[in-house]
Amino acid sequence: MAVLEIVGVTKRFGSLLANDGITLSLDEGEILALLGENGAGKTTLMNILFGHYTADQGHILVRGQILAPGSPDAAIAAGIGMVHQHFTLADNLSVLENVILGRESLWSWRQDKTRGRDHILKMARDFGLEVDPDALISQLSIGERQRVEILKALYGDARVLILDEPTAVLTPQETASLFETLRRLVAQGRSVVIISHKLHEILSVSDRVAVLRRGAIVGTVMTADADRDSLAELMVGRSVVRPKAEPMEPGDEVLRFHAVSLGEAKLDAVDLSVRAHQIVGIAGVAGNGQADLANLISGLARPSAGHIELFGETPARLTPQSVIAAGVGRIPEDRNAVGVIGAMTVWENLSAEDIRKPPASRYGFFLDAPAARRRAAALIEAYDVRCKGPDAETGLLSGGNIQKLILARALSREPKLILANQPARGLDEGAIAYVHERLLAARARGAGILLITEDLDEIMALADRVAVIYRGRLSESHAVSEVTVPELGLMMAGQQSERPRHAV
Amino acid sequence: MRFEPRERVSVLAATVAPVAGVAAALLLCSVLILWTGESVVEAYWLLLKGAFGTKFAITETLSRATPLILTGLAAAVAFRAKFWNIGAEGQLYCGALAATWVGTGLLTLPPVLMIPLLFLAGALGGGAAMLVPVVLKNRLRVDEVVTTLLLNFVILLFVSYLLEGPLKDPMLMGWPQAAPIIDEGVLPRLVERSRLHLGLVVAVAAALLVWLVMTFTVWGYEIRAVGHNAVAAAFSGININRTIIRTALFSGGLAGMAGVTEVAGLKGYLTLDLSPGFGYAGIAVAMLAQLHPIGVLASALFLSAIYVGADSMSRGVNIPTYIADVLVATSMLAVVLSIMLARYRIRFN
Repeated sequence: MAVLEIVGVTKRFGSLLANDGITLSLDEGEILALLGENGAGKTTLMNILFGHYTADQGHILVRGQILAPGSPDAAIAAGIGMVHQHFTLADNLSVLENVILGRESLWSWRQDKTRGRDHILKMARDFGLEVDPDALISQLSIGERQRVEILKALYGDARVLILDEPTAVLTPQETASLFETLRRLVAQGRSVVIISHKLHEILSVSDRVAVLRRGAIVGTVMTADADRDSLAELMVGRSVVRPKAEPMEPGDEVLRFHAVSLGEAKLDAVDLSVRAHQIVGIAGVAGNGQADLANLISGLARPSAGHIELFGETPARLTPQSVIAAGVGRIPEDRNAVGVIGAMTVWENLSAEDIRKPPASRYGFFLDAPAARRRAAALIEAYDVRCKGPDAETGLLSGGNIQKLILARALSREPKLILANQPARGLDEGAIAYVHERLLAARARGAGILLITEDLDEIMALADRVAVIYRGRLSESHAVSEVTVPELGLMMAGQQSERPRHAV
Repeated sequence: MRFEPRERVSVLAATVAPVAGVAAALLLCSVLILWTGESVVEAYWLLLKGAFGTKFAITETLSRATPLILTGLAAAVAFRAKFWNIGAEGQLYCGALAATWVGTGLLTLPPVLMIPLLFLAGALGGGAAMLVPVVLKNRLRVDEVVTTLLLNFVILLFVSYLLEGPLKDPMLMGWPQAAPIIDEGVLPRLVERSRLHLGLVVAVAAALLVWLVMTFTVWGYEIRAVGHNAVAAAFSGININRTIIRTALFSGGLAGMAGVTEVAGLKGYLTLDLSPGFGYAGIAVAMLAQLHPIGVLASALFLSAIYVGADSMSRGVNIPTYIADVLVATSMLAVVLSIMLARYRIRFN
C-alpha cells in the first residue's frame, strides 16, 4: 500500500516551472529513485514534501491523510525524515547532541542523554550505522557524518526516509555501505526515496525509478526492467554518448612537481608529471588537498618546499598572470564563485584573463568594448554558450553555459597545459559530454591535462594515467588500463593498493 | 514572505525607484511636521523656496553641493571596489591642509597655475591620508572601516594642534585659524555677490572623469571586478592589492579636493569647522546615487537642497533644522527599500 502520495504538485519560481503537475506514490518497503538532471526539479519536489516550500497546486498524502503544507514539523510528525545534500550538522557538538537537537521537550530541565544514547546505539545496530555517539562531528569522516544525518532523520521513528544526492561526497566503498543500510531499512518495512543523477547507483539500489525532466515526470519504470541507456535517454530526452579517450602517444613533459609541499601538510612532497597529449587524473575524496594542488597550478599559491616545472622551465614566480601568459588554461572547481564574476557581463568575463591586451583594451589602459564584444560573440558561437549575447549578465546563465564560457576563455588561447578541476560536476549529461569532448580535442591538439575529479567514471573514460590524493599525499600514478574502480576506491579511503605498483 | 529577483529591471523602474523613495520619505516626515502643529504644505514649500526660490538660494545650494559631490565621489569609487572608506572627513582636512601649506605663501604663481596646483596638492594630501589604512589592509588584513574611521579623529586633532601652533595666523589675535590662501589661489566666484565658486565646475568635471574612468578604462574594470567578486578577480589575474591601493588613493584624492574647494573657495582659510561632516554625508550621497558617479551629482544636489532649505524653513515656521537630518536619513532608507522593490518581487507564499 502507498505510504506516501504526491498528487498534482505544481511549483513555479517566477517564470520557471520547477514542478509541473507531479503525481507519484511510494509503497511501503520500497526504494524509489528519483532520477533527473540538475534543474529537473527533484530537490524542489522533495523540499515541498518536507515542508521547506509550499506547492502552488496539489497536495501530499501520508497514509491517506493530507500533510499540512509548508511545515517541516508536520512532515517530521508524519514520519518523514530527510537527509539533505549539504550536511546540516553542528561541528562543535557530539553525534548524540546533533541527533537529539530539536527533538526534546522545551520544558525539561536537562537533556535525557542516556535514553538518546541507547536509542542511537540500537538504531546503529539495526541498520548498520556504526558511529560513536559521543564523538564530535568535527572528528568524523564524511561517510560517518552522513550516517549521523541518517540517524538524525530516523530518530523520531521516521517511516519514510528521503536522501538528496547522498553519494555525491562518498567513496565507492562508503556508497556500498550506505546502500546496505538502505536495504536493511526497507526490509523492516520503511520506505526510501533516493534522489540521484548517477545511473549505475540507481540501478543497483532502487526497486523503482521515476524520471523527472524539466519539472515533469516523463516515466516510471521498475528497475528490473530498466538499463543504463534507456534511463539515460529518458532523463536527457535524447541519447547522449559520453566520449572516451583513444590511446595516444604522450609528448614532452609540460608540468612536473618536484617534491612540492604546501603549508602544514596541506600537500606533502607531491611528485607529479603531465606530458603533452596526456590526461592525468587525480582521484580523491573532496578535501584531501585537491584545492591546494589546483591553487599551485593556477598561480594562487606558492610551494613552501620543492619546485614546479612548467614546460621544462622553473618560473621564478607563479602568479595567475604568469601562468596564463606561460600557456596554462585553468578551469576552476567552483565555476560560480571563482570562475566568473556573476554581476558582470559575458564579454567582460570572457576578457578577464587578458584585459590589458588587445582586443580587450588598447595601450593596456583603454577598454575596447566593441572589439571585446566581437570576440565574445565569436566565442559564444564557437563554444555554443546559450545566452542573449555578449552583454548578458553572466550570473543569469545556467551552470552548463557558465562552464562553456569558462572553457571558451581558457581553451581559445590554445593552452599547452590545462588544469581541469571538477570540470563536469553538477552539469547535465549533454553538457558533460560537451566538456569531455572539448578536453579530448585539446589533448589531441597536443595539450597536457591535469584532471582533478571525484568522479571515477570520468577518470576511467578520459584519463591516460591516474594518481590518488589522500590527506595531502599523492600516490604514484598508474596507467588507467591497469587499475580498477574498486582499487581506486580503496586508495581514496587511504588504503594502499595491495597489488604490485606499476612505476611511472 | 520571500523575495524573488525579477528577471529584468527596466531602465524606467531603475530611475523612478529612487525618486519614489524620496517622495515616500517626504510623506513619512510630514507626520513629524504635523506633530509640531505646522502646515505640511507650507513647511515643504518654504523648504523648496529656501533651496531654489531665489538666485541667492540657488547659489547657496550649489555651493553647499560642491564638497558633497567630491566626498560622494570618494565614497562611490571606494565602495565600488568594496573598499569601505569611512574616512573622507579626515581626507578632506588633509587636502585642506596641503592646500593651506602650498597656498599661503610657499610659492606664488599666476591663478591658471596656482589653482590647479592647489587641487593637486589637496588630492595628494587626501591620498596620503589613505596610505596607512591601505598598507594595513593589504599587509595585515586590518579592516579599513576601523582604520579610516578612527583616522578621522586623529587627523582632526592634528589639524587642531597645527591651528593652535605652527599654522596659526599671527595677524589674528588668538583665533585658531590659519593664514588666508593668497589671492592667486582663491577660486573665482561664478556668480557676483554669492558664495558660489569655481569649485562647482571642478566637482562636476571630477564626476565626469570618474564616470569615464570607471566605464572606459582597465582601472575601472578592475575596480568593479574586485568589488563584485575579489576571488574570481584574483583567479583571472587581477592584482587585488594593487587595485585596492589605486582605488584608495583615487578615493582619498577626491575627498582631499573637497577640502580645497572649501579652503580656497568658500572660506579662504583653514579652520577646525571647515567641514560640518561633508565626509560622512558623502557616504549618504554615494548610497543614494547607487554609487553611480553621475547619480552623485543629483544626490549631492538633493542633500544640499534639503540642508539649505531646512535652514530657511526653520526660520519661517517653527520647525527645528534637525528635520533635515531626519529627512536625509529617511530618504536613504526609503530609497534603499524602493530600489530593492524594483529589483525583487515580494511573494507571500
